[in-house]
Amino acid sequence: MFDVAVIGGGVVGGMILRQLTKYKLTCVLLEKESDVCACQSRANSGIVHSGLDAKEGTLKAKFNVAGNKLMPAVCEELGVKYQNNGSLVVAFNEEEIEILKTLKARGEANGVPGLRLIDKEELKSKERNISNNAVGALYAPTGGIVCPYGLTIASIGNAMDNGAALYTDFEVCAIDKREEGFILHSVNGGKVEAKTVINCAGFASDKIASLIGDSSFKMGARRGEYILLAKNQLVNSTLFFTPTAKGKGVLVTQTVDGNIMLGPTSEECEGNIPTTSASGLDYIISKAKQMCDNVPFYDTITSFAGVRAYCDRHDFVIEQSKVDNRFINVAGIESPGLTSAPAIAEYVVNELIGSLMQLIPNESFNGKREVDFSELTIAQKNEIIKKDASFGKLVCKCERVTEGEVLRAIRQNPPATTIDGVKLRTRSGMGRCQGGFCQARIAEILAKELNIPLEQVTKRGKGSEIVMGVSK
Amino acid sequence: MITSYDIVIIGGGPAGLAAAISAYDSGARNIVIVERDERLGGILNQCIHNGFGLTRFKESLTGPEYSGRFIEEIKKRNISYLLNTAVLSLTKDKQLTLINAEKGIFNVKAKAVILAMGCRERSKGALNIAGSRPAGIFSAGTAQVYLNLKGYLPGKRVVILGSGDIGLIMARRMTLEGAKVLAVCELMPYSSGLKRNIKQCLEDFDIPLYLSHTITKIEGDKRVSGVVVSKVDENKKPIPGSEIHFDCDTVLFSVGLIPENELSTGASVELSPKTKGAIVYQNRETKVEGIFACGNVLQVHDLVDFVSEESEIAGKSAADYVLNGAKEKNGIAVNAGMNINYVLPQIIDKNQKGHVKLFFRVSNTFKDCVIKVASGDEILLTKKKKVAVPGEMETLILTEEKIALSQGEIKVWLEEEGI
Repeated sequence: MFDVAVIGGGVVGGMILRQLTKYKLTCVLLEKESDVCACQSRANSGIVHSGLDAKEGTLKAKFNVAGNKLMPAVCEELGVKYQNNGSLVVAFNEEEIEILKTLKARGEANGVPGLRLIDKEELKSKERNISNNAVGALYAPTGGIVCPYGLTIASIGNAMDNGAALYTDFEVCAIDKREEGFILHSVNGGKVEAKTVINCAGFASDKIASLIGDSSFKMGARRGEYILLAKNQLVNSTLFFTPTAKGKGVLVTQTVDGNIMLGPTSEECEGNIPTTSASGLDYIISKAKQMCDNVPFYDTITSFAGVRAYCDRHDFVIEQSKVDNRFINVAGIESPGLTSAPAIAEYVVNELIGSLMQLIPNESFNGKREVDFSELTIAQKNEIIKKDASFGKLVCKCERVTEGEVLRAIRQNPPATTIDGVKLRTRSGMGRCQGGFCQARIAEILAKELNIPLEQVTKRGKGSEIVMGVSK
Repeated sequence: MITSYDIVIIGGGPAGLAAAISAYDSGARNIVIVERDERLGGILNQCIHNGFGLTRFKESLTGPEYSGRFIEEIKKRNISYLLNTAVLSLTKDKQLTLINAEKGIFNVKAKAVILAMGCRERSKGALNIAGSRPAGIFSAGTAQVYLNLKGYLPGKRVVILGSGDIGLIMARRMTLEGAKVLAVCELMPYSSGLKRNIKQCLEDFDIPLYLSHTITKIEGDKRVSGVVVSKVDENKKPIPGSEIHFDCDTVLFSVGLIPENELSTGASVELSPKTKGAIVYQNRETKVEGIFACGNVLQVHDLVDFVSEESEIAGKSAADYVLNGAKEKNGIAVNAGMNINYVLPQIIDKNQKGHVKLFFRVSNTFKDCVIKVASGDEILLTKKKKVAVPGEMETLILTEEKIALSQGEIKVWLEEEGI
């Protein structure tokens, strides 16, 4: 029997899992897909919000500001790309300047440091491509960007290195309550016993809660579409429109890898299959043009959609269930959820789990993760190539990924088992040719490492096999 | 110690091979070809269909047979090459950073560099097509790799977007392998592929070609389950109500080739926004002295025969540069006028001897037209054409005498007859 079972391998589940391994607890992460980071944490803007946006007194405000402070150190430890690029909420008329003043006051009440209204001239000096129609902005120096899937995968991998277990393809469909804990059943007939459960199941978290008879919240989903452009210097900071009642709207930002990301849209949706639409992509293009001049749409790398789950309470739900206090709901973690994740993890483990069982520090915990090969100096890289020649074989030439890095992604925790899994861990296939040159090679490496025929190599789990048979 | 070469050729495909042989035959000796793949030959290795070499060898060869002839010449001359070696960067001072398993990351220096990196396929991602991102989406070239090099069938019910040559070739190839190709859709009102490929790859197999059509939606969760194809108007916008639905498991994209010039821009080589390749003189020297370009990294060719021809010019010029040093130039611009997409070379150096072959593409389909070349008021050349299409590269030869007559800019344009 595990001390804790975490349901959901997104960034919230991942950060909580890692926090758990700082203590002498046995824990397991249950993920319904074939790989972690399969849903919201994957198609995410990657913004480390300053915390000026959330309403005073909400959990969102509290955890956002706290998470923003924790993020740089967490990323440093885990070797995840993070950049403190600052954010700008841009106003296009005097009315919006008034809204910015309200936002500034709200941010200050939330404890966001350094907020400052800047005029058109200063805005232009910070962002040379900003539209001439912009009249001013609210500058948040603590705004940043992070690699959302990098953080998710690294936190889960680090937790596994420290003893946590990961069960993929484990879709929880029933939970039996017992005196000593819970028995969780998967659709495939799997069974896990745990003294406590942390429900981080995203869009499905209401369904999971209902399995123990908790119907205290209801989830909904919004579809968000994005356009990703090639690496360029269009903007430095993250640029937001002045928020409206409908939310923060489309943003223009650099990613930690130097690409330009535009989006997301926000549209109510039912299912969990993310699809883009012609109208959504057109809308993003029109909004990006409104924000910036010289947007290089001709350098579009890809467009994609993600599903963002929200809860009918319209704030984070982070609490022990009223039905059974050993069952903790961490639900409705919509934006600024990514930023909040490190702070949510500390709170959930130290306070909520801590109230249920004794937390004894795990002295052997090592929070560091091996630094990515791509982040090393040439001398360091050459040292590694000398020992392992596979690091001298370039596989993905657009993103400069070597065979050694692909092998490491397959062998390291959490192990990649699919083309998309390798892509999220190494960036292979994320560049300008979108895997055109390297995908077949990576499929071969996966087949060899996993000891399966190439026909069984998938894009992202069963049913998404890359090829459909052998040639004549 | 940094290894020094007279000529470093980046890429061991058809362009790099022809350039190396020509440089050697022009007197250069200290030459190296850097190839990232495990064998020479480049993209020809996966082109197992025939039709290569008709112009050059007067016979129909497969891709590997065509490159094989050049590789044999390379070996005869003992020209050195590095396999499994990628170029990470190139500076305008012609210093290169390379990576391979034996030496790790290391630098080499060159007196001259020939850019012969070829091109990549424009990906589905660049098109902003609505829908999901399931398995079963390939660029035509990637599907070709799976099928021809690895021995796997990428899919069984296929829709192809784009009627470029690779798309056409793959329509036939997939059909021969037992797949059903339901449609080839082309956004433009004409195909950008060779006429012979339309005939031999589509018509002979009863594969329908939908001109002025595009894919407007891709469906499927884990694997492609269908696509929606719509007719487009003259502004290439989908026409509502014209949707056709195809149940398919695979979509291939053959939507254009883009010269791979990331290394070139790192060396401050100026690119043409039209060709996406370097701006060159007739000897294929870029605006950075001692850096030459040829083949599909310079302009996307229809036939490998032309790639070889162009690369021989670059190889010879690089050898001349290494052996005899830089020479003063007297450049005049060559510009594309009405109805012409681009002309290459973009600059003619009047100090260079010999005739110049102009390569250009027209911007639409024309019948009974005249192509004219002029400098100022001086008409240098006219050529009547029954048909001119963007899919087939046009050439004209400008003699040394005509070049001598030119004062200032040379312009190439196309007139429709009766105008």
